[in-house]
Amino acid sequence: MSDTTRASIRAIVAGHGDFAKGLISAVEAITGRGSVFRGVSGSGFSAVDLEELLRREIADTGATVVFTDLQAGSCTMAARRVLRDRTDVLFVCGVNLPMLLDFALSTEPVAMTAARHAIERGKAAITSVGGTPT
Amino acid sequence: VSIVLNRIDDRLIHGQVVVGWGQPLDIGFIVLVDDEVAASDWEQELYRMGTPPDMEVHFHSVADAAAVLDRYRADERPGILLTGTTASMLELVKTAGIREVNIGGIHHRADRKPRLRYVFLSPEEEQQLREMASLGATVTAQDVPATHPMDLSEVLGSEASVQ
Repeated sequence: MSDTTRASIRAIVAGHGDFAKGLISAVEAITGRGSVFRGVSGSGFSAVDLEELLRREIADTGATVVFTDLQAGSCTMAARRVLRDRTDVLFVCGVNLPMLLDFALSTEPVAMTAARHAIERGKAAITSVGGTPT
Repeated sequence: VSIVLNRIDDRLIHGQVVVGWGQPLDIGFIVLVDDEVAASDWEQELYRMGTPPDMEVHFHSVADAAAVLDRYRADERPGILLTGTTASMLELVKTAGIREVNIGGIHHRADRKPRLRYVFLSPEEEQQLREMASLGATVTAQDVPATHPMDLSEVLGSEASVQ
């Protein structure tokens, strides 16, 4: 029944502190498919080193999708620099857990298509209830 | 004075600046002083994209900055002055009357020695920071508002006395 082979890396998740590691561990806990992602932490790197790291991770893994956490964040800035000559890679900013879960579970063979679906899922997953003044 | 933070940060505009400092200080504008960025439309567009729509970004070369800083100081909104290097900030201490300098982030490089988690300094950079202090500037390291500012003398270690 269970598939013991690890899913290969299809996307990079990059963000502040342990953001990527935390999200990926949540994906792993829920689906067992955390290995679809390679996590990158921007903490402690200069802009130049972070761009280089991201380029290396993209080249090493063959990932065609990069999820980042924050518009102004240094991972996003680095991603935009990489995008300058890697227009074949899709960058998605503002990642959340529902987005990554949808991506991780997708059977769509083209990662970029899976990501586009996941973006919509991630956006739609933001809801709120309660908050009525007492 | 409407410029509330003079920051050296090799990442220039990023999360700590825009959100970490920007939100609690209610920052209305950033003056980014960097020769390379001032000469590149592409770089400027990159930094504009990373900045919330209600925060203005102005770009200047180091040579031009002194002449325009008074205009920004007259602005009613709080602002941040950013440089990417100690050399640029030293120049502004000399020419633009900057009296408080925040070391926000100077990261690992082969010729730099680790000082703090987010501060690595080459001998030349150390000398430039000491020079800022000797010119009367208060130089402290602080990455985000929630941490305590650390005096330059502490950053450089006990053996390094600030003139």
